[in-house]
Amino acid sequence: MDLHLLAAEPIAEERDAIDRFLGSAAGGWTGGERTSTDHHTASGGHEARDQRYLLLPALRALQARIGWISEGGLNYICERLTIPPADAYGVATFYALLSTTPRPPRVVHVCDDIACRTRGADRLCDELEKSAGQDGWLRSPCLGLCDQAPAAFLTEAGPEPVELLFGGATAASITSVLKGDYAPAKQPHPVLPQKGSQELRLLRRIGVVDPSSFDDYRAHDGYEALAKAALLGPDGVRKEITDARLAGRGGAAFPTGRKWDAVSLQPERERYVIANADESEPGTFKDRVLMEGDPFALVEAMTIAGYATGAERGFIYLRGEYPLARERLQHAIDEARRNGVLGESVHGLGVRFDIELRVGAGAYICGEETAIFNSIEGYRGEPRNKPPFPVEAGLFGKPTVVNNVETLINVLEVLHLGGARYAETGSGISTGPRLFCLSGSVQRPGVYEVAHGTSLRDLIALAGGVAGGRELRAVLLGGAAGGFIRPDEIDMPLTFEATRAAGSTLGSGVVMLFDDQVNLVDILRRIAAFFRDESCGQCVPCRVGTVRQEEALHRILAGKPIGGVATERALLEEIGLAMKDASICGLGQTAYGAVETAMKRLGLFEEASAS
Amino acid sequence: MTALIPIEPLRKSVEISVDSRPVSVPEGSTILDACRRADIEVPTLCYLDTLHPVNVCRVCVVEVEGSRVLVPSCSRKVEPGMVVKTDSERVRHSRKMVLEFLASSVDLSTTPEVAEWLADYAADPERYGPPAPPSAAGERDSHGPGHHHAVEPGFRATVAQPVKLDNDLYIRDYGKCILCYKCVEACGKDAQNTFALTVAGRGFDARISTEFAVLLPDSACVYCGNCIGECPTGAWMFKTEFDRRAAGTWDESAQEVTTTICPYCGVGCSLELHVQDNEIVKVTSPLDHSITSGHLCIKGRFGWKFVQNRGPVRQSEGVDRG
Ligand SMILES: Cc1cc2nc3c(=O)[nH]c(=O)nc-3n(C[C@H](O)[C@H](O)[C@H](O)COP(=O)(O)O)c2cc1C
Ligand code: SF4
Ligand code: SF4
Ligand code: SF4
Ligand code: FES
Ligand code: FES
Repeated sequence: MDLHLLAAEPIAEERDAIDRFLGSAAGGWTGGERTSTDHHTASGGHEARDQRYLLLPALRALQARIGWISEGGLNYICERLTIPPADAYGVATFYALLSTTPRPPRVVHVCDDIACRTRGADRLCDELEKSAGQDGWLRSPCLGLCDQAPAAFLTEAGPEPVELLFGGATAASITSVLKGDYAPAKQPHPVLPQKGSQELRLLRRIGVVDPSSFDDYRAHDGYEALAKAALLGPDGVRKEITDARLAGRGGAAFPTGRKWDAVSLQPERERYVIANADESEPGTFKDRVLMEGDPFALVEAMTIAGYATGAERGFIYLRGEYPLARERLQHAIDEARRNGVLGESVHGLGVRFDIELRVGAGAYICGEETAIFNSIEGYRGEPRNKPPFPVEAGLFGKPTVVNNVETLINVLEVLHLGGARYAETGSGISTGPRLFCLSGSVQRPGVYEVAHGTSLRDLIALAGGVAGGRELRAVLLGGAAGGFIRPDEIDMPLTFEATRAAGSTLGSGVVMLFDDQVNLVDILRRIAAFFRDESCGQCVPCRVGTVRQEEALHRILAGKPIGGVATERALLEEIGLAMKDASICGLGQTAYGAVETAMKRLGLFEEASAS
Repeated sequence: MTALIPIEPLRKSVEISVDSRPVSVPEGSTILDACRRADIEVPTLCYLDTLHPVNVCRVCVVEVEGSRVLVPSCSRKVEPGMVVKTDSERVRHSRKMVLEFLASSVDLSTTPEVAEWLADYAADPERYGPPAPPSAAGERDSHGPGHHHAVEPGFRATVAQPVKLDNDLYIRDYGKCILCYKCVEACGKDAQNTFALTVAGRGFDARISTEFAVLLPDSACVYCGNCIGECPTGAWMFKTEFDRRAAGTWDESAQEVTTTICPYCGVGCSLELHVQDNEIVKVTSPLDHSITSGHLCIKGRFGWKFVQNRGPVRQSEGVDRG
């Protein structure tokens, strides 16, 4: 391949931003000063192509410094990493936090997604439009701070870039942030509603330990699980996980033991562990709370996962909108290395294991397990075809374990109790504790930890019931990819099995309440818009189906149905079935879930079609 | 001393059932191969024998017993005992919807066979309302990810936009693009290794593009025309064909295809010259040709203007100067 670059040159700042990230260019072949030896050597081949996985971080570095990605800047990255500019452009235009057109250095991403909508985010955006105009802020999908809705995310580009995720946003606070006064954006994220409760297991250290202190972590049982793992050996650890019947908390409820066994049985020695911290399912924020409050726990759990599956390298794939989690995780990784429990030889285990933190750039789809691989490798975050499955051919084509953050934190608990005892709580595959993210019209929003099998009614009561004592209209269970249930269904026990039997799902643990004042059709249209915006665009059923679904809802909302509301309902059903059945990945396959359950369970559009 | 002669290991055959009929195919075959062997028609759009399957169009989906969702027959490998249905209600529904989705958003007027499939599956693209007005030139190229542009309620979004005319050899009509990825694969890793093309943007705003949507002459394009050779929709088209279509003088039934060998170099690519009214109107190469797999370079693809140079033959120096 000959690299053909555009004529545009990088400005000094762009060059500096990339050089700071990649180190200075070695010579003329990679975009630096031409040296006398350059004429006698050739560059390229495998060594150059092996750097492709640095593309996304390089683009992020440019965005963080300049505020957008120019032709010259992209050129320089391509030159340094030997990537065709068209390819790099395809990647840059995939992520919402990256811009390939000029953007002001300071941008506030204002969440107008469903949980924030129940707390006035839509009005807030209207007000902003009037007071601040269109400049300097953008509407955003769920920012993972639904417990403090309405939420916003500030990015300021420059030599010292600023990123702040903040809640309780108002038009006034956003306006002052836009003017450079960051005080309203610097409020600390509040602590857990259940803080101090003796029953907490997964959350027990949150708000209790100093998240930046390795010693404090150790003083709170930190690295005890790793010591147990050392006694058990890799096979023993996997046996405990299997005995615990631990199921994935990322949405699909896949048995973790089976996944780990499958990777450990692969003939290929090079293997990877990925902590899926992309957490972008609307209404989900539990992983953020875990990572911000107890970052060492994730590092320890991944190390155990690496040990049990024979992997020497781990990646944390963190969504780009979690700057605090990023800072704390990076610090925890550095500290763990310094203390000898991460790196060349993990103390106690005698194996090599290291972790690299990778940060996304605004793409829900990159939480899909195969899209993560493409994103880390420097390609567009498009899901891959399965089979082959990640346990056979995942990251860089090697066997890979992908686990949700909460799943991994449970590993510590399994080792702490022993698999059999862990499994005494709950039944079937629904064992152990479970985190739920309560938001929307709820009195005390936040992350709650309860045992599997607790009823939804009790969980809602734990969170203080419906906000202001109002009437409950509906609950969204499992996120935008989950579905609605009616108030008369809330005696449902919260287990994978019971929710599945009821035609619903626990998904990523979202429990979003809607009271009788919420406009559900508007919520539904926002969900449809979310899937339309977040579809990677690869496959036809999802790329076009999500558009046609949103258009139909839009027509109903505008009072302009084609052929009557009953016809639109039937059309939505037809679109939904095809998305569910023929899409490549879970995004398209679940994009109809909320609409379907709103129509079939809540009876939405029925009154309208009767008339 | 006996020389060991490597023998190609015999491929085992795999027995599966397709629409209740037993079919036997070599191990490693796809379900599509099995369907073809059993003479069962399966529509395909993004599949091509010579390219790595991307399985994105989903028009070839079939039902496989035990699978929660439908599977793309063009890429799924057969497994012993697989039970496949190609004509179930579910399959027909998804195929119909895929065809409707495409026909309601893309101009399929030069996509072969698709009109028959639309009729076969009773697809009705009109039921999504009238099309929204086409985008202005370059507008779709500027759409950022994560922020869609909703059309007026009652209208349906399409990818309609003006044709890109920036060189003398071929045109790009992205209003006809179904995003099958073939041109990207042909330009990149599967054939040409030039990487002038990418899919840019996301979701419905995803589009084929050069870097920053620059004009082709500014891009890495080397005018091999392999993208045109692979494009199933006419979104990439020879300028000669485009001009004749515009003038109403394109007539495939009046075309003769002559096979010859490219005269330029020693590789010896096989050429198919499509000739209408005694003029070469396009050049292709057979997909199953062992040398080209359908791919050519700029010389074979476009370097034939001299053949039909009808101007006066210039007298060479020193001859008949009178
Ligand atoms: C569109 C889409 C987005 C997803 N996002 C996430 C995510 O942010 N975090 C996560 O853990 N799993 C996510 N998943 C699920 C993952 O694909 C995968 O199943 C999970 O990470 C496996 O981990 P587990 O077995 O521990 O649950 C997503 C799936 C889809 C289809
Ligand atoms: S279902 Fe949607 S997100 Fe998933 S591969 Fe298809 S287009 Fe992409
Ligand atoms: S003509 Fe060849 S080089 Fe140019 S875009 Fe098409 S495939 Fe790529
Ligand atoms: S231009 Fe043609 S080959 Fe390329 S993606 Fe579109 S339809 Fe496919
Ligand atoms: S942060 Fe706004 S909906 Fe989640
Ligand atoms: S032909 Fe199989 S998915 Fe396109």
